[in-house]
Amino acid sequence: MNFLNSLMNALPGAVAQGMLWGIMAIGLYISFRIINVSDLTVDGSLATGGATCVMLIRAGVNVWLAVLIAALAGILTGLVTGLLHTRCGIPAILSGILTQLALYSINLRIMDSKANQPVSVDKYALVVSQRYSREMSLNNPLIVLTIITVLLIAILYWFFGTEKGSSIRATGANMNMARAQGINTESNINLSLLISNGLVAFSGALLAQFQGAADVSMGRGAIVIGLAAIIIGEVLFSKIFINFALKLFSVVIGSIIYYIVLQMILLMGLNTNDLKLFSALIVAIFLTVPYLREKYLGRPAAVKEEE
Amino acid sequence: MMLEIKNVNKTFFPGTINEKVALSDLNLSIEDGEFVTVIGGNGAGKSTMLNIIAGSLMVDSGQIIIDGKDVTRWPEYRRAAVLGRVFQDPMMGTAPTMQIDENLAIAARRGEVRGLRWGIDREERERYRELLKEFELGLEDRLSAKVGLLSGGQRQALTLLMATLKKPKLLLLDEHTAALDPKTAQKVLDITDKIIEKSGLTTFMVTHNMKDAINHGNRLLMLNDGKIILDIKGEEKKKLTVEKLLNRFEKASGESFDDDATILG
Repeated sequence: MNFLNSLMNALPGAVAQGMLWGIMAIGLYISFRIINVSDLTVDGSLATGGATCVMLIRAGVNVWLAVLIAALAGILTGLVTGLLHTRCGIPAILSGILTQLALYSINLRIMDSKANQPVSVDKYALVVSQRYSREMSLNNPLIVLTIITVLLIAILYWFFGTEKGSSIRATGANMNMARAQGINTESNINLSLLISNGLVAFSGALLAQFQGAADVSMGRGAIVIGLAAIIIGEVLFSKIFINFALKLFSVVIGSIIYYIVLQMILLMGLNTNDLKLFSALIVAIFLTVPYLREKYLGRPAAVKEEE
Repeated sequence: MMLEIKNVNKTFFPGTINEKVALSDLNLSIEDGEFVTVIGGNGAGKSTMLNIIAGSLMVDSGQIIIDGKDVTRWPEYRRAAVLGRVFQDPMMGTAPTMQIDENLAIAARRGEVRGLRWGIDREERERYRELLKEFELGLEDRLSAKVGLLSGGQRQALTLLMATLKKPKLLLLDEHTAALDPKTAQKVLDITDKIIEKSGLTTFMVTHNMKDAINHGNRLLMLNDGKIILDIKGEEKKKLTVEKLLNRFEKASGESFDDDATILG
């Protein structure tokens, strides 16, 4: 009973965190799944979003404006990775690693050379805060995050249905086909990295407010958490969620499940220092299972030939 | 003149032990409405010639002029505005994770600015249904099926439609039936002929099959060692047979044609 009580107490916070990281995972979905680029910038751009937002709020800027500027900062980080990849010919993974490394220094600069900068909900009217997780009011982060997530998915659903958005999907699906149909694949990859990292920084900005501080290492392992969310969502819902908007929802649900499971394991007494090990294990297992199932049980891949 | 290739050279791995001259001082003019078939043994330069026209490969020297415009330095995607392409590999011409109608809608906007209008509308879906019906492959009832579910032949037929949905100045076919079984290959070739005839397309068809090269088109080029050694058109092309072609090849190159697959095809 004690365990259940603690879990019920911790649940709203875990769900809110899951939704915050869900936004990040949607950003990752765009690079990882739609254009097929493993973009490691996100570990850095998440912190860039948090740092930019917190410093602006501390300087007296309106919270929403601060969030917006943080997202723009994230877009810039995506641009750097995109240009390194498409204009300088550096492989995508390495481009992301380079930007991520550089961002560590830049994020420290943004945060006045401190590794941590607090932003108190007592002093500022933050968009989301952990404190109100269990409060039945409009301040509750779950309400705000639900609205933001639904809006975001609606906008992305619209965008990827437009001519431009379709051309981006084609770029990810088959670059040869895209080029033969007159699509500038390089500029589409760049654009996707901008959108992706903009979203990641946006989620970083909200995350920093939620936990009451920006931390220079808040993005460490973000890519793994994002992948975990994407993969859990796919494993559980890929059969029923065919529609693009629903696929994005399944990413958010995957992220929420991840944080609930994490919370349960913490309540069972796992040392918080072992969290990253546990996260890496989850992703490794979820990536391995479909592969082995196909290899040894001969289950055909989703796409099959027919005459 | 729809296409002009002027003094084009292309060498792979220059300065290394693997150096291979793929095209050597190539010159070619294709007139509006010509249907050119291109044949040659392995490594003769057929695919390289097609790739330098499409922009998948850049020339070392020389010029590529399409419909009066010098496109030598244009990237592939920009040339695609005036080119239709079908590849040898049926996987290459379509987006497998997208629907049939989505693939067609993308092709219908080739060369146009892709903006924030919705990617496909109801009327164009109807149009695609009508066009696919003519293929008699049953694709008209499966517009929202993912292309990854189609067979190789169905994909090549779809790619053909995509390449010609927006009338190209030049249609480039790169051994587009080579990966198909003989029956399907024949069907795709029939569809090819129909489409080309209907729109009077200027076409450049690379093939490894001598009979196909003879039976289709109104001009035939034979490549050997990166050079055009035979250029047959008009009445002579109409009366061409495999024997005559082999004879002419031996005279032109001073060697006998030893690629059985090409002869027997």
